[in-house]
Amino acid sequence: MNETTSATAGPLVRLIDEFHKLPGIGPKSAQRLAYYLLRMPTVDAQALAAAILEVKERVTLCSICMNVTEVDPCRVCSDDRRERTIICVVEEPLDILALERSRSYHGLYHVLHGAISPMDAIGPEDLKMTELLQRLRSDEVREIILATNPNLEGEATAMYLTRLLKPLGVKVTRLARGLPMGGDLEYADDVTLARALEGRQEMQG
Amino acid sequence: MPAPARLYKTEAIVLRQRRFGEADRMLTIYTPTMGKMDVKARGVRKTTSRMSGHLQPLNRCMLLVAQGHTVDIVTGCETLESFPALNDDLDRLSRALYAAELIDRFIPERAPGYPTYRLLLDTLRRLAEADSPDIVMRFAEMRLLDQSGFMPELEVCVGCGQALSPEQNFFAPQAGGVVCRVCASDVAGPRTLSLNALQVLRLLQRGSYNEVARLRMGEDLAVETERHLRSYIVCVLERDVNAAAFIEKLRREEHRPVVEV
Repeated sequence: MNETTSATAGPLVRLIDEFHKLPGIGPKSAQRLAYYLLRMPTVDAQALAAAILEVKERVTLCSICMNVTEVDPCRVCSDDRRERTIICVVEEPLDILALERSRSYHGLYHVLHGAISPMDAIGPEDLKMTELLQRLRSDEVREIILATNPNLEGEATAMYLTRLLKPLGVKVTRLARGLPMGGDLEYADDVTLARALEGRQEMQG
Repeated sequence: MPAPARLYKTEAIVLRQRRFGEADRMLTIYTPTMGKMDVKARGVRKTTSRMSGHLQPLNRCMLLVAQGHTVDIVTGCETLESFPALNDDLDRLSRALYAAELIDRFIPERAPGYPTYRLLLDTLRRLAEADSPDIVMRFAEMRLLDQSGFMPELEVCVGCGQALSPEQNFFAPQAGGVVCRVCASDVAGPRTLSLNALQVLRLLQRGSYNEVARLRMGEDLAVETERHLRSYIVCVLERDVNAAAFIEKLRREEHRPVVEV
């Protein structure tokens, strides 16, 4: 840290350095956060420290769906009311939150923890794909929904997974790609429009 | 040169993108007149973004860019040309990403070079159509080496300067080209180079794309040619090309011969 001089106390410098490692936190933000913590009531600071430690100690990956969880198997995987014949494959744990908010999906999930990005040297072996294949061997799964992001990496991942899954005789579907709610047709790109046309549906009168 | 306008328009091919901040992306774009540069696209990770679909990697688009303090910001864009054939086929897509990564690694920032821009655009178009995406890539690799000043020597031995005799010779990436049997012991890491592969490399170097596209190679010869070119590129860049690993992974799964450098 070149901006923090020797006039700053050692522990404070270390705290600033730790904040600086976080994503999106520059040197100035790191200093502000550290000084804020310094003025914080000790109880609050302890709660924060405990929360950080607890997250590291108690949150693990679900051995079935690879979602982050504090109980293994996670609440979704152990819920009897959920449909067990269908798995929705997502890139990140946060995607599950988004899908759950929609209240339209009642099956199981599988988290890949990333997407194939050849240029960044992220290949299939860096994702939780073998775990997904393992589930197909033992479970009574009939359909896999590929819910990777509709961008280049997500599409590449979906295509790659399709190659792996098709020979296993399981039905593989992909989330529909088209126009977002609140969007404007005139701003839509060619690919999205073409997909929206392909996936058009008859109106229920 | 006059100072660039504060708001400017440019055509560009998106080479790569990475997440930035809450909902932004940092894009590496390649333009015909200003070369390669990084620009920021705000809010493009939201589903309601009007720009995100246009700014996908490998798209050719017209951008409206505002000059920023450290990095310029995309304020508007429209697709000029997209390549659905690449996006729907993993074999073609993997080669196209390899092409984009090569350009990204070879070309320094803000170094204008229309021929290389044109090469990338032609390569993407050819990849979308050609029967063999691999031939397209070999041609692109050799052209890129030529345009960036690293053309390998294929006519005379780089050791003794004598014309190469029509027999098995050796390819020595670190020496910058082919060495004859006699000089092979004097250079670092010589690899055997069959006469057929030498002829293919020469055709790639001198021929037009149409001539190269007519080339029909057996799998062994294709693998040998690719291995020599890749080893040369790795030597020039002093690093691996990431996207190549993915291409090899796809080949391995189809039980096709793998190119190991």
